Amino acid sequence: MAGSGELKLLGVWTSPYVIRVRVVLNLKSLPYEYVEENLGSKSALLLGSNPVHKSVPVLLHGGRPVNESQVIVQYIDEVWAGTGPSVLPADPYERAVARFWAAYVDDKVGSAWQVMLFTCKTEEERAEAVSRALAALETLEGALAECSKGKPFFGGDGIGFVDVVLGGYLGWFGAVDKMIGRRLIDPARTPLLAKWEERFRAAEPAKGVVPDDADKMLDFLRTLLAWNASKSK
Amino acid sequence: MAPTDQQLVLLDFWVSPFGQRVRIALAEKNLPYEYVEEDLLAGKSDRLLSSNPIHKKIPVLLHGDKPVNESLIILQYLDEAFPDAPSLLPSDPYARAQARFWADYVDKKVYDCGSRLWKLKGEPQQQARAEMVEILRTLEGELGEKEFFGGEHGFGFVDAALAPFSAWFPSYERFGEFKVAEVAPGIAAWVERVGKRDSVAKSLYAPDKVYDFIGVLKKKYGIE
Repeated sequence: MAGSGELKLLGVWTSPYVIRVRVVLNLKSLPYEYVEENLGSKSALLLGSNPVHKSVPVLLHGGRPVNESQVIVQYIDEVWAGTGPSVLPADPYERAVARFWAAYVDDKVGSAWQVMLFTCKTEEERAEAVSRALAALETLEGALAECSKGKPFFGGDGIGFVDVVLGGYLGWFGAVDKMIGRRLIDPARTPLLAKWEERFRAAEPAKGVVPDDADKMLDFLRTLLAWNASKSK
Repeated sequence: MAPTDQQLVLLDFWVSPFGQRVRIALAEKNLPYEYVEEDLLAGKSDRLLSSNPIHKKIPVLLHGDKPVNESLIILQYLDEAFPDAPSLLPSDPYARAQARFWADYVDKKVYDCGSRLWKLKGEPQQQARAEMVEILRTLEGELGEKEFFGGEHGFGFVDAALAPFSAWFPSYERFGEFKVAEVAPGIAAWVERVGKRDSVAKSLYAPDKVYDFIGVLKKKYGIE
């Protein structure tokens, strides 16, 4: 029997890493208990389940923790291989390509995202991070053309690994767009990605988990930054 | 043409721990391949640049005409493309998730912290030292009483991911002024065990050579 044992996901509603796991759980129609963590006061369950990084997401399957979002997504794909669509393709080379682009997203887009929202100390630093993100998104525009081969998603006809990894950032992109007064995924610069974003947001598995309220996210950001500042005193 | 008929070519750099992971994996799987040394200090070949245009880095595994990039992605590719050869990842999904987690931990932590040990001085170097000790102790905790990180599976994914850094540990010890045997004796014992493994012994260079290479890098970056 595929995956006996209950599923519990520890997360934060804004986290790109959590959102991607939720999209995959939805994609496979897997029921789970969602627990919203307070980053300012992490639960004992979170700290005990992920003592190394102390971060979300944590997937608990029958009480056993799986950590690191890309690891979690692959775990779900493997345990529930017969249930619903697959996240990774079947062919080994295509899997390697999908893993490569997923790693690229978190490496290039993710690191710029961290700086532009959480760690930059000046507007110059923020602008530099935005430039890096834009450059990475232009590269991903090319990757989308190659991977999709004219189909709607990086994964082809359906949502795949690269889609959920990049899709997790869309909520924050909306907030950043409002902050900087321009779109990170700009239809003029990256038209394929702009259409992809619309399709991803509208897709059933993304409903209710990809945030679309930029103001609410900016409020969350303010709270988080204030808490970080008080912590470092 | 069946995948197993197509030729394997590895674009690599002699001392790269990331390239060595792939050499170890290919040896563990008894897969013949052509090794191509990229003289990175002299510049990058056209073949490397066209095979890995995004990162322009080694290792690159060419399988037939298809390039696979990123060492841990290459290792998983080898497991999946050659299912009849010994695998590095175990078959149980939960154990696979643990292995992927710890290989990711090695990737996030070891090389970066180690580089700071030889690049920096004073307080930042002390901080890198403290972090490296923490990393080694954390890895020791995960290893526990197991012979290899792969546990029941034997020598596995995490072992292959970490083994090349064992040749860098003596350099980290010199720059950081600590001893792996003292701060994490379990890891020191693991280093001895993996060092005896054929695939590892044939892929790694002596720690002295690594130390000399770091000296070359320091000169290149203008670090005292």
